[in-house]
Amino acid sequence: MQPELAIRLRGVVKRYGPITAVDGLDLEVPMGTCVGLLGPNGAGKSTTMRLLTAQSIADDGELEVLGYALPGESKQARARCGVVPQLDNLDTTLTVAQNLLVFTHLYRVPRDERRDAIERALELAKLGDRRDDRVDKLSGGMRRRLLIARALVHRPQLVLLDEPTVGLDPQVRQELWALIDALRSEGTTLLMSTHYIEEAERLADSVLIMSHGTAVAAGPPAELVLEHAGKEALEVYGGPARLAEVEAEAVSAGLRTRRTGTSVSVLGIDGRNGSLFEGERRPANLEDVFVLLTGEEIA
Amino acid sequence: MVTQESRTARIGRLERPALTGVLVREVVNFSSYWRSTTFSATVEPTIYLLAFGFGFGSLVSTVGGYDYVEFVGTGTVATAVLFSSAFAAMFGTFIKYKFQRTYDAILAAPVDTEELVTAEAAWIAFRAGVYGCVPMLVAIVFGLAPAWGMLLVPFFGAIAGFGWACFGILASAMASSIENFNYIISAGLTPLFLVAGTFFPLTQLPDWAQNLAQLNPLYHLVQLVRHAAFGFDAWADVGHVAVLAGFGVLMWRLAIWRLQTRLVD
Repeated sequence: MQPELAIRLRGVVKRYGPITAVDGLDLEVPMGTCVGLLGPNGAGKSTTMRLLTAQSIADDGELEVLGYALPGESKQARARCGVVPQLDNLDTTLTVAQNLLVFTHLYRVPRDERRDAIERALELAKLGDRRDDRVDKLSGGMRRRLLIARALVHRPQLVLLDEPTVGLDPQVRQELWALIDALRSEGTTLLMSTHYIEEAERLADSVLIMSHGTAVAAGPPAELVLEHAGKEALEVYGGPARLAEVEAEAVSAGLRTRRTGTSVSVLGIDGRNGSLFEGERRPANLEDVFVLLTGEEIA
Repeated sequence: MVTQESRTARIGRLERPALTGVLVREVVNFSSYWRSTTFSATVEPTIYLLAFGFGFGSLVSTVGGYDYVEFVGTGTVATAVLFSSAFAAMFGTFIKYKFQRTYDAILAAPVDTEELVTAEAAWIAFRAGVYGCVPMLVAIVFGLAPAWGMLLVPFFGAIAGFGWACFGILASAMASSIENFNYIISAGLTPLFLVAGTFFPLTQLPDWAQNLAQLNPLYHLVQLVRHAAFGFDAWADVGHVAVLAGFGVLMWRLAIWRLQTRLVD
């Protein structure tokens, strides 16, 4: 019997001494969807990812992965999950194919299916012609593709991606997005943590925004934008003094604002014709929601 | 596909597929660095053997009733086992844990810390059993008489190697930085390696030191190897094997316990 939820967390708490990294988190990932776990650094995304593979043990709450209760049945769950870590931990002195071979063993791919599994992964990572090259000869983008393909050798039902494109240049990032999108269209269930808003906006069917270890909003990106930031925003530029002025005026007019660093975004101006300030109108986006909900300054 | 076996099938402890997975990783990796490892694991004890055997051996011709080269040739088997197990485990574990983050990947797979430690220690033990024979083979070239009992030496080496590998894993699970190993090597391994009856018989030492040496697993390995070459002493040797096995089990459980607290928070 297939559970309907690939991941179900209820009231999960994880403390490290005086620090509460995850603080009563609820999270649901329905089968066949891609959920983005979005939050600033330190929001508890990575701890959440570690909890899902039982590399961290929760202090409180319920965790279920593919219908298995953690941590007790985590090994069964892990056998059916693929994990793409944030930090590259490929075996660098081995070849591309050897790295994949090792993982077919670790993930218990039956002997007569290993060869096919490796070929499939090579094709997915577009590394067929580099199969016999050592990993330390590959570019950063290739290594990332291999890291993703390595997590898929056993055709996992659920793939956990921890910041899959962090620190990569835009070309490589696009390449990886295409790869992740292909998985998604095949019906693989994905949970992806990221602090790149664009990544979540493009790839996730639904996002959960985390702040200080707990969920502050969850839903499809478009709905979250509409709910929290409205349809349109006005981007007003100027010096610091001018920006402070704009903020004060907007607030007194009952509008919400957020800083972008170089401008103030006045949110929810939908339908107002005669505009309050000189500025550029633009559609509201997930970044507006993110900053509204997680705060302008990182704690 | 790995998917549809019965949901009720419990996945247990020390499963063969998990142990195999970790072993395959080690063996495949070994194929990329076996030359340097084999070089140091065999050349180092051989140098000890030649330096002591011929340097010191020119001063004393016989020790404890044996030709000195024979005495050292059998003794340095234990040295080779120690070097190729404790050191490999200490540094290997630390590097995999801290720098390569290999254990994050392995523990995200259906492998537990217990399986990880067991498989890695077993692999190092196997290597130690093989490398341990090198000084003995060199000694044979220099006149040590071959004996059937010597066929057991790789097994003795592997039993002791397992314990020392687990000791190394334990040490690296407790070390906060790689420099901490200096303490373990200087205060722990070096004295153990010298006071094991390798280069001189323990009967030269004061009583208290002789008694302490009984606690040194390396001493028991040295005794076993000598008896394998020169004739077994049934009951005593069963005792030596029991000590090595006990050392192995103790270190094995301690290593799993400490590494688990290090890897899973």
